[in-house]
Amino acid sequence: MYEKTLKDRVATFLIFAAPTLFIFATVMIAPLVFGIYLTMTDWDGLSNNLNFVGIQNYLGVFQDAEFWQSFFLTLRYVLVSVVLINIVAFLIAYALTSGIRGQNAMRAGFFTPNLLGGVILGYLWSFVFSKVLPFVGAGLNWSLFKSNWLTDPDKAFWALVIVTVWQYSGYMMIIYVAGMSNIPTDLLEAASIDGCHAWHRTRYIVLPLIVPSFVVSTFLSLQRCFMIYDVNFALNKGGPYNSTRMVAMHVYQKAFLSQKLGEGQAEALFLFIMIAAVTGVQLYFSKKLEVEG
Amino acid sequence: MAGTNRMSGQNKVLVAAKTLTMLVLLVLYIVPFVMVLINSFKPNKVILSNPLSLPDGLFMDNFMKAFEKMNYLTSAANSLVITLAAVFFIVIAASMTAYYFVRLPYKSSNVLFGAMVASMLVPFQVLMIPLVSIYGKFNLLNNKYVLVYMYIGFGASLAVFIYHGFLKSIPLSIEEAAFIDGATRLQTFFHVVLPLMKTTTVTIIILDVLWIWNDYLLPSLVLRTAVNRTLPLTTVYFYGTYGVDFGPLMAALMLIIIPVIILYGFMQKSIIEGVVAGAVKS
Repeated sequence: MYEKTLKDRVATFLIFAAPTLFIFATVMIAPLVFGIYLTMTDWDGLSNNLNFVGIQNYLGVFQDAEFWQSFFLTLRYVLVSVVLINIVAFLIAYALTSGIRGQNAMRAGFFTPNLLGGVILGYLWSFVFSKVLPFVGAGLNWSLFKSNWLTDPDKAFWALVIVTVWQYSGYMMIIYVAGMSNIPTDLLEAASIDGCHAWHRTRYIVLPLIVPSFVVSTFLSLQRCFMIYDVNFALNKGGPYNSTRMVAMHVYQKAFLSQKLGEGQAEALFLFIMIAAVTGVQLYFSKKLEVEG
Repeated sequence: MAGTNRMSGQNKVLVAAKTLTMLVLLVLYIVPFVMVLINSFKPNKVILSNPLSLPDGLFMDNFMKAFEKMNYLTSAANSLVITLAAVFFIVIAASMTAYYFVRLPYKSSNVLFGAMVASMLVPFQVLMIPLVSIYGKFNLLNNKYVLVYMYIGFGASLAVFIYHGFLKSIPLSIEEAAFIDGATRLQTFFHVVLPLMKTTTVTIIILDVLWIWNDYLLPSLVLRTAVNRTLPLTTVYFYGTYGVDFGPLMAALMLIIIPVIILYGFMQKSIIEGVVAGAVKS
């Protein structure tokens, strides 16, 4: 080791690690700790007096019907979106690794939405849903599209799902493609020479070998869908009448519009624990799948 | 592909069908962008009466309005300064810290590294309320450089994690040779180790540029005044109390999208590779 004296070791630490650790502590650790304290106060973010209220904010969370409405809506949204994202991503990846002409260019095309921020994508689709689709619906006399989806509570939910699947399927497709490219082609060739059908090749060779991609893709899509804010905000601000307001937006509004910082933070922590639990269970079961596959 | 020599007519039909399906699907994926593009060149009245029509000519009013309303040059400069500064410092800070953790693996190093890795699971929404409270209390909001500082804090963990994984595979002997030649720890790191990690650095730059350039929530909480706004924050100007000014909004979206798409045209391969490398490691 280069450092011979204690002084050297301290100097190396101060130069190499201390600045990063200081920033990390002040940006991530301090808010995390202060956040827990915040949940036990009634602070509004402005006044100088702050009272300790114990677990009252947590009780408030359980009584907040709007929070639970947002929470269960988010669960439904996450479930639908994660399943659809992965199915669409897998199918596109499967088609675009089969050697069709222009497959690389097409992959790049499907990935495009991921280069842009959620707010931009939300505004883009907000225009499509409110102006383009109703025009098409009227022209073709197609009643499904005649009205603006974003002003109908039920259709607005599906509009959000469509934008989400559109946004992330290209990203997850890239992860599946990476997994599929690692499958040795001689294995597939040997199987087809032995008279193995396309369906059997997929079922018994491709699927087991892309389990790691599936694990990564599910994990990422779960995390992102749970925390959705940008697209939700830009598409229709959680409307109409908050009927598509996901839980992250509810937390934002509770803290910064209603100025109930403690209760908002308690809800954020609850959300965090739920996400950690769900992704933990997901990782546990998919590790098992990986071993068996 | 397998068994090409035996490829029958049926197979060819299958390939053609697959290609066609993918092309149609791709067109569906791209259509929203095309809609914004064609409507950005049309006056509001035409947009509302027929959003599908092609523009009559190059109607540039929307772009002029958008350019002015967004304060485009200032906002783009803000985005650029914040992104470049944050990414530069993340790369330097994280590579040095990861190097320290790998080469000086005291118990404390392992604990600190573990804490950074664990923190990657904490979503931003859990930190935003206390973050804004603390920095607001110290009067540190509405400052570009404080935002850069926050990005270093939020971005360091993933970058340290990725560098850490790569550094473990670099043999010590290369550095030992440098030490014998009389190089200091710092010289060895910058002249020997950092150049070896070029591909890892490219991955981190790509992941962090995409994230910071497009980020909305954090800057919306930190940057309050118009002179400090980044490009994504400027889109809200087009949503007035009396509805949306669609023409200029479309132009504004194009002004934000076009630079990214041009960059993508040049760096497509490394962007996709970088994203895969980042995703699989996290």
